[in-house]
Amino acid sequence: MDKIPILKMGSFLLVTIQVDLYDRLALNLESDLIQMVDKIGAKGVLIDISAVNIVDSFMGRILGNIASMSRILDAQTVVVGMQPAVAITLVELGLPLNGVRTALNVEKGMALLQSMIPPEKGDEENIEDDHNSF
Amino acid sequence: MPVDSSKIFQKKKQHILETWIKNQLANDALREDLISNEEARNQSEELLDALLNKLHSEKQGAAPADGFDPVIELLETLSITRARKGYSPRETGAFLFSLKDALIKTLSEEIKDDPKSLYEESLKISTLMDDLTIASFETFIKGREEVILRQTDEIAEISTPVIRVWDGILALPIIGTLDSSRTQVVMENLLSQIVATGSSIAILDISGVPAVDSLVAQHLIKTVSATRLMGAECIISGIRPEIAQTVVHLGIDLSGIVTKSSLASALNYAFAALRLEVRKISRETK
Repeated sequence: MDKIPILKMGSFLLVTIQVDLYDRLALNLESDLIQMVDKIGAKGVLIDISAVNIVDSFMGRILGNIASMSRILDAQTVVVGMQPAVAITLVELGLPLNGVRTALNVEKGMALLQSMIPPEKGDEENIEDDHNSF
Repeated sequence: MPVDSSKIFQKKKQHILETWIKNQLANDALREDLISNEEARNQSEELLDALLNKLHSEKQGAAPADGFDPVIELLETLSITRARKGYSPRETGAFLFSLKDALIKTLSEEIKDDPKSLYEESLKISTLMDDLTIASFETFIKGREEVILRQTDEIAEISTPVIRVWDGILALPIIGTLDSSRTQVVMENLLSQIVATGSSIAILDISGVPAVDSLVAQHLIKTVSATRLMGAECIISGIRPEIAQTVVHLGIDLSGIVTKSSLASALNYAFAALRLEVRKISRETK
C-alpha cells in the first residue's frame, strides 16, 4: 500500500506529494497527518504539491480539510508550489481554499510558517509587516 | 418554339455588359476610391463570361450536377475581396442586382412578342440571380467575419503583457473588456509568469477596463483566487470612482481583495509587503 511520507522538521511537518493523489491515498494522508500533528504537537504543516498535475474537487476538499483540522489542533497549514493549471482548476471548481495559506515554493513556505509562529510570542497570526520599516 | 435565352445573352453579351456597367455607375456601386474603373470592368466581364458559359452548357445538358461552380467560385473571390476592401453590403448587392436588371432588360427587348416565354425566362433568370446574390452575401459576411476574428485574436495577443516591474513584483495592465476567454488568457499568462519569475506579488491594473459588471468582477475574483492559490498576492489597482460605484451597487464583495486606486499606490503597497523602501538620495551623501 502506498504511503506518503510525513517528515518532521523541528516543530513543523513537511509533506511532499510526489505522485498523483487518488482518493484512498488522500484520505490516508489526511488521517496520518492529523495523527502526526497531534503526536508531536506540530506548530505548522507544509504541503508541497509541486508535482501534482491533476486535481479534482475531492483533492481540493481534502486540502481544505487538512488545513481546518490542523487549525483546530493549533497548527498552521501552508500549501506550496501549486501548478498554474491546478490553481485555475481549483478556482473553476469553486474551491478557492480560503482557509489555506499558500506560498510559491518550499523555501518561501518555510519562511511564511516561521513568520506566522513567532518563537515565544503567542501564536497569533502575524503577517510579515514590520511597522518600523516605513 | 422554345426561346433559348442563353443564345440571346451570348449574342447580346457586349450590350449586356454595357448596360450593366452603366447600371453600376448609376447605382454608385462602382466605388472609384476602392477599385479602378478598368478593374471593375474586367471583373464584370469575367463574371458575365462565366455566367453565360454556364447557362449555355446547361442548355446543352452538359451541366455538372453541382450547378454553377465556376460562377460561384468567382463570385466568392469577388465578394471576399470586396469585404476585405471595405465595401458595404449594399454596394456588393447592387453589383449583382444591376446585372440582373441588365439581363432582364435584354430579354424583354429580344422577346417582346412572346409574353409567356418572356415571363418564364425572366423568372428563371431572377431565381438564378437571386441564388447567386445569396451565395455572394454568404461569402461577403464570411469575409467580414474573418477580418473580425483576426482582429480579435490580435487584440487578445497584444493586450495581455505581464510586466516585471521589480524583483518579485509583476504588473499586468488590462486594457479592454474582460470576457471569459480573455480572463483565461490573462490568468494563464500571469500564473506562468509567477512561476517563471518567482514573484510573490502581482498587480492587476484595470484602469483600461471600460466597465466592470458582475461577470467581470467574478473573473477578477477568480484571477485573484488563483494567484493566491499559487502562493502569491494579487492587488487590483486602477479602480476608477465610477467602477467603485458600480461594484458597490451590484453588491459585489471585494473585501477579501487588496484594492488600490492607482498603480503607484499598489506598487507602494507591494514595496511595503516586500519590506523595500524607495528613498530620495540626498546630495550630501555623494
